[in-house]
Order: sequence, then structure tokens, then C-alpha cells
Amino acid sequence: MVDFIADKWQDILFRSYQHVSLVVQSVLLATIIAIALAVLVTQIPRLRSAANMISAIGLTIPSLALLGLLVPLVGIGTLPPVIAVTFYATLPILRNAVVGLSGVSPTLLESAKGMGMGSLTRFRRVQLPMAWPVIMAGLRVSTQMSMGVAAIAAYVLGPGLGTYIFTGLAQIGGANALNYALVGTFGVVILALLLDAVLLLVSRLTTSKGIRV
Amino acid sequence: MSTTTSGQPAPEKDSPTSAVSGAEIVFDNVVKTYPGQSTPAVDNLSLTVPAGKIVMFIGPSGCGKTTTLKMINRLHEPTSGTITIDGEDIRSKNATELRRTIGYVIQGGSLFPHMTVEENIALVPGLLKWDKKDIAARVEDLLELVGLDPSRYRNRYPKELSGGQQQRVGVARGLAADPPVLLMDEPFGAVDPITRQRLQDELMSIQEELQKTIVCVTHDIDEAIKLGDRILLLSEGAHVAQYDTPQEILSNPADEFVEDFVGSGSSLKQLSLSRVDELELQQPVIASVGDEGSAAAAAARAAGQKDVIVLDARRRPVGWYSLGEATRMSRLPQESHEDISVVDRRATINDALDSMLASSHGGVLVTGRRDEFLGVVTFTAVTEHIRSTSESSPS
Repeated sequence: MVDFIADKWQDILFRSYQHVSLVVQSVLLATIIAIALAVLVTQIPRLRSAANMISAIGLTIPSLALLGLLVPLVGIGTLPPVIAVTFYATLPILRNAVVGLSGVSPTLLESAKGMGMGSLTRFRRVQLPMAWPVIMAGLRVSTQMSMGVAAIAAYVLGPGLGTYIFTGLAQIGGANALNYALVGTFGVVILALLLDAVLLLVSRLTTSKGIRV
Repeated sequence: MSTTTSGQPAPEKDSPTSAVSGAEIVFDNVVKTYPGQSTPAVDNLSLTVPAGKIVMFIGPSGCGKTTTLKMINRLHEPTSGTITIDGEDIRSKNATELRRTIGYVIQGGSLFPHMTVEENIALVPGLLKWDKKDIAARVEDLLELVGLDPSRYRNRYPKELSGGQQQRVGVARGLAADPPVLLMDEPFGAVDPITRQRLQDELMSIQEELQKTIVCVTHDIDEAIKLGDRILLLSEGAHVAQYDTPQEILSNPADEFVEDFVGSGSSLKQLSLSRVDELELQQPVIASVGDEGSAAAAAARAAGQKDVIVLDARRRPVGWYSLGEATRMSRLPQESHEDISVVDRRATINDALDSMLASSHGGVLVTGRRDEFLGVVTFTAVTEHIRSTSESSPS
């Protein structure tokens, strides 16, 4: 095991970087999509139950199946994993963003309006900062989940540590099979924990002291 | 660049003799019908709110008083009719810009929890793109005005303030951009009675200094009597039941509705019309923070007093001790561990009586502008006053 890691550490690091990079970029994209959708949903109350239903049903679609369905549409490589990870990552953030944005008291928003804030200013300076801790909580859940989803990207020859897991599974009984599978799995877990720590820090730094719990 | 038209000589506006900074508000045949409702919430209201005065809107719930208030800053738009501020139709400007020139204070202060006290107060000046330095200076002035020490409170968050302090910041925020008109929607509804009374006193002394036009919605008739230069009593559909001074409403109610609303204890409510500064204030010997306790007690005893009143460097009362208590102190401290009973000179005699009941000294301290000590009102002075007024106006 030690020999295996010593031998391959450069490759492991590179794949770890790819893995994190895929997740971070997809989650960022997902955050923007989710907040935009959440704004729409909070403006039009009828959409709310639809949004909740989609985020609940969406998460039940097996990621392997979604990737498989994407291949005939967009081919193999990096694109299908990005689409799949972004899709799954959007759902928890959307759910939390809707809760967070609609949780801002209407009295407070009316007061903001009465003071002369336009709708964009109200969103940027009141609604978003107040919903931020809840949105960040969704983002953290989303990131954890995406680390796992990204591992399956290797199935369509995408980047990341998933390749190790698939290699290990394909060679069961072979010399390095267990090493591949273990390094891939633990790698994903360790990266997920590290990334979560970073997000926790970001969440604290970007949340106003006045609403921190 | 003023666009002064004929008949309006410009110098008069800046004349130093008129300290009124408020503007007149006129409602002309204003109707508001909410969609899907057959009866209008506000039915043909015409009304003039004079510049620089406090007008209290009061009436049973659902009478349209809040709707009427919110039409002034266009949170609600009238279905028909016009509203003018200082002669200018409020629809001549963009609603958002209009709102930046009208102070808005609602129940509980409604501060933004994620912003500090300073950020909350600086909001409207910021929207108006004031210079950063001017904003900082303005925040400092306003905190002083509402009686909060800027160095201590500027960087606090709303959750670190008491209800009364939050409401004070709310008032400061409403006044931030120096608007001619201040709208208040049940501003003191969410605080305890003693704090409410303090806040009302403070609002009155602020108003004395600033002379804004203040429109204030309340459901508390005592508050309306105390604060209002005029009271607008509305019945359902925002029909004007009576629009008059508190004295007139109490002594000459227009009809049965007004009489019922004002309540049967209205002769006692006359106590709410007399202010503490109409009473004779006693001028006791006072001590300063840092004085030797026993010396202060001796001086007070020599003057025939039973207690020692301590003022700070800005003559604000900070302690009120019995002779025995004072003697036991080596130095008179900056802060007292117990509440001292203080009322503003504009407080009503009703308020003063309330505070006396809570005080252990049989009296209450009276303060003036910016909490400066003026004297002491005793229970005897109050009873004396009641006797003399009831003798002069037999009823």
C-alpha cells in the first residue's frame, strides 16, 4: 500500500486536483443556477411546490443512469460529469435558497422598500445576506454529495479519483486492485472532509456577525 | 439650484426665525380600494397635515389608518385623488426616490439584523450617495440625539441591543437623511410601558429641536393625547370622526363614536395634557460623580434633604442615593446599580405619577434637552397641581 502510494503519488495528486476542480466548478455553477431559480420561485408562489418536488425527485435519479443517458447527447469526457454534478448540486442549494429567501420577514422587506431601496438593492443588501447562512448550509451538503457523484464520472472517462475506483473494481483479484480501490475511496473521503472545512470557514467569514448563531 | 417661482420669495425659506424643517402634507379626495373588495379602505379622505407638527392617526383596527400612512410614501397607491408634500404631487417623482426623502419608522425599529447600528443608520444617506465622512459624522450626531453613546453602540448588532435601544436606532435611521417628513407606524408598540414612556419623551424633545412633520399611527389613545399636536380619529373606511387638538377631542368630542373611543376616564386623561414642566421643580443640592460620599451626604443633610442626587460631567443624573447609602460610598460612582426614576420635562403628569410609584424616593427626577438635569418633582407638587386645576375649572 505504502509502496503503491509512493510510486503513484504524482498521479494521485493530479487526479485529486482534477476531482476537486470538477466539484468546485460545478458547485459554483450550481449555486448561481440555484439562487436564480430560487429568486424566481419566491417571486411566483405557485412554483414553490413544483420546485420542492423537483428537488426531491431529482435526487432519486441514480447518477450512473444520468451519466449513461448523457453520453449519447454530449459524448464522453469532461462534459457529462460537469452536467451531472451540477444537476445534483443544484438541488440541495435550491431547496435551501428557497427556504432562506422566503424566510426573510415581509415586514423587514417592506421597511427596506419604504426607506427607498429598489428591488435589486433589497435583494442584494437585505434578502441575500440574511438568507446566506442557510444557502451556505445547502452548499456544503451539495459539495459533499458532489464528491461522490464526481467519482462516478470515471465511468464516462471523466477526470478525477473515480478512475482508481473503477480500475480497482475491474481488476478484482489482481495485484494492485485493492490498493486502487482503497486509494480512490479514501482519497475522495479525505478531499471531501478538507473541502468541507474550507467551506465552513468561508461560511463563517461571509456571514454577518449579527445573524451568526 | 432652486426653481423658485413667483410668489415664493426664496429668503423666507431660509429665514433663521422659522426653525420648522417639516413640510405640509395635503390629502385631496383620496380613495383607496383594494382589488376584490367592494368597500374602499379609504373613502374620499381630505386632510391637511400642517408643517412641523405631530399628527397622530388613531382609530379601531381596520379603519384604514395604516393604509393612509402608507399612501404617503407610496407603499400603497391611492385609487384616486392626490397627495402633495410641500405642494408637490408625490407621483411627480419616482417612488424609490420619493421614499428616500421621507423617514419611515415602524414597530420594533425593524432594524436589519445583519447590519451594525452604524450601517443601519447610514443606509438612506448611502442610497443618496452622501460623502463617507458626512455619513460617519451624521451617524454620530444621530446616536447622540437619541441618547446612545456612539463609541459604545456604533458597531453593535441589533441583537445586542434592548428593545428600547433598537427602537431608538430605528428613529435615528428614520431621521438619517434629514427628511422633512417622518412616518411612524406604531413605533412604540413593542416595548414595555416604562420604556415606551421614555421613548415618547425623547421623541418630543427631538421634535422640539427638529420640527419635522411627523405622522404617527397608534392604537393607544394616551399616546395620541401625549404626543399629538393634533389627533386624527378615524372610523371605518378612514372617515374622519374628528380631527383636532387633544384638548378639543377630550373636552368636546364630536359625536358618540369619539366619546366612546376616547373613553370614560377622559377627565382623568386631562392629566395626560399637563406636562411636568408646568409643575414647580425643586432644586436640591446635587453632587458630582467622583465626589466623596460622606461629604456629599453631609452637604445634602445640611440643606435638609433626605437623599443625594449625582450628576455626571454632562449634568445627566446617574445616581440617586439615600443619605445612609451615600455615606457608605467612598466615591460616588459613574453608574448606579439600580434604575433611577427619571422623566423628561415634556412627560405628562400621568407619566410622572407612574414613575413615582416605581421610585423609592417619593419623587422623580426631571431632565431636559439631551438628558440634562432640571430638578425634582415630588408627589406633593403633583397633588397641589391637581387641586389647583380642579379648583380653577369646576366641572
